[in-house]
Amino acid sequence: MGTLSLGPDPRPMISLLKFAARILVILTLGGFLGATLVRLAPGYGVDQEELDFRLSSSSIQFLRQADSPNVSLFTFYARYMLGLLHGNLGYSRNLQEPVRQLLAERLPETLKSVTLALVLGWMAGLSLAMAAALARNGLLSAAASLLASIMLCIPAAVLALLFVDAQLPGRLVLALIVFPKIFQYARSLLNRSVALPHVLLAHARGAGGLRILLCHALPVAGPQLLALAGVSVSMAFAAAIPVEALCDLPGIGQLAWQAALGRDLVVLVNLTMIVTLVTVLANSAAELASRASRGGET
Amino acid sequence: MKLFRAAAIAFLLVVCLAGLLANVVAPASCARQFREQPDAPPSHAHWLGTDDLGRDRFSRLLYGTRVSLFLAPAAAALAGVLAALIGGVAGLAGGWIESCLMAATDLFLSMPWLFLLVTVRALLPLDVSPWASVTITFALLGCLGWAAAARVVCADVRTLWSSDALLLGHASGSSGLHLLRWHIVPRLKPVLWAQFWISIPVFILSEANLSILGLGVAEPLPSWGSLLSELESFPVFTTQPWQLAPLFLLVATVSCFHLALQNQESWA
Repeated sequence: MGTLSLGPDPRPMISLLKFAARILVILTLGGFLGATLVRLAPGYGVDQEELDFRLSSSSIQFLRQADSPNVSLFTFYARYMLGLLHGNLGYSRNLQEPVRQLLAERLPETLKSVTLALVLGWMAGLSLAMAAALARNGLLSAAASLLASIMLCIPAAVLALLFVDAQLPGRLVLALIVFPKIFQYARSLLNRSVALPHVLLAHARGAGGLRILLCHALPVAGPQLLALAGVSVSMAFAAAIPVEALCDLPGIGQLAWQAALGRDLVVLVNLTMIVTLVTVLANSAAELASRASRGGET
Repeated sequence: MKLFRAAAIAFLLVVCLAGLLANVVAPASCARQFREQPDAPPSHAHWLGTDDLGRDRFSRLLYGTRVSLFLAPAAAALAGVLAALIGGVAGLAGGWIESCLMAATDLFLSMPWLFLLVTVRALLPLDVSPWASVTITFALLGCLGWAAAARVVCADVRTLWSSDALLLGHASGSSGLHLLRWHIVPRLKPVLWAQFWISIPVFILSEANLSILGLGVAEPLPSWGSLLSELESFPVFTTQPWQLAPLFLLVATVSCFHLALQNQESWA
C-alpha cells in the first residue's frame, strides 16, 4: 500500500522558527536589561571631574546634567532600537567614534582570540580526557587533573599578568581558561561512557582501547560534549575582559572595560547585545547539533 | 582521598580562623603605615615585609582573608536564596509563570555575567566608602549568580510536586503549604547546600578578577583581589617571592574548596 505524501515535514522548520524567535526575544531583553542596569545604577551620570574639590555644587550639578541627558530609560531604549533598525549603533562618548566602527575594528580581534582559545582548549582538554580515559595507570590522569585543578584555581587576570611578564602571547591565556573545564567535564563523561554495559562487553570481547573510545564511548558522550561546546563560547567571551584589558589586546573585552570605566552607556548596551547574540547562537547551534546527533528533531 | 579531603578541610578551617581573628593575630592594623619602612623585606616585625606605602603585608593578608572568605559565602547565600525563590516559584506555579521565570533565567545564563558585572560595578559612584564598595561588589556577585541554581531548583521542585508521595499527600488532604514546608523544602536542601558551597570559590575568583581590573574592593580595605592587584606594579617572576603570598593563599584555598567539595559537585 502506498503512503500518502503530505509534502515536506514542517516540524524542523517550526523548531527553527521557534529558535529564531527565542533568540530575538532574548536579544531584545538582554539589551534592555543591560540598559536598565546601567541606567538605574547609582553612579550613572557621575563623572570623575566631580571629585575635583575646586568645583562648586552648581558646577557639579551642571556636569551631571551634561552627562546624563534627561531622557527616560524607555525613550533611550526606543531611540536606540530605532537607530539599530537603520544600522546606526550610536556614538561612543568616551572614545569619540561611531560604535559601529569601534565594533568593526575590535570584534574580529576578539573572535580571533576566542576561536584560537576554543580550538586549543578543546584540543588539549579532549585529547587529555581521552588519554586519561584510555590509560590503565592513573599517573597521566592524576597529572592532567592536577594541571586542570591548578588552572581552575588561578584567576584569569593573574594568568594574564603572568603571561605579560613572561612576554608570552596573551591569546593563549584564554585557551588555558577554557582547557580545564573541557578536560574535567569530558573526562567525567568519557569515564561514565566507558563504564556502560555494552562498552564493557566490547572490552571483554577484546576490542582495543582506541576502538572502544572512538566507536562506543565518544558517540554516547557526543550530545553532552556538543552542549559543552556552546557553554565554552560564553566562557571564553567572559574571560576576554580581564585578558584583553591586561594583555593590551584591542578586542571587545578591552572595549567593554574602557567603556565601563568611562561610563559609556551606548557602547555597553551594544556590547551586551552582541555578546548575548553570540552566546545564544552558539548555545542554540550546540543544542540543535546535540538533538541531531541523538537522532531527534532538529 | 579521604585523607586529602580531611587535610583540605583542616586547611580551610585554619584560614577561616586566621581571618576571623585577624585583629588578634595581625601585628598591625591593615591601614597603619610604617612610613620609615616602605617596601621592606620580611623581618621579625613584618613577616611578609611592607608594601610601597609601608603597610604590613602579613596584616593586610589576614584582613584581606577576612573580607574575601566571609563575604564570598554571604554572596553565595544571597544567590542561593534568589535561586530557591525564583526556581521554587517557577516549579510550583508552572504554566506561564514558569515560562517567564525560566526565560529570565535563560537570559541570565546567556549573558557572560562578567560583562554585566563589570558594567554595573563601574557605574557605581566614584566616592563610595571602602566598606560600601566591598558590600556592593559581593552583593552584585550574589545578585548575578543565581541563574544556574534556579534552573536546578525549578526542575527538582517540578519533579517533587508530581511525585507519588506528594500526590498521596494531596489526596489525603494536606495543604500546599504543609507539603512545601515538610516535604519539598527538606528535599531541596542538599541541592541548595551544594550550590552554596560551589559558588564560594567562584565568587572568590570573580572578586579577584574584578579587583585586579580596578573595579572591586576599594583601598585601603584589603581583599585577596585588591592585594593581587599589586602584581601589576612589579614583575610577577620577582626576586621577592613573599609578595606572591596572596596568590599562593588564594590558589591553596580555592584548591582546598574544590577538593573538599567533590561530593557536593555531584549533587549540583
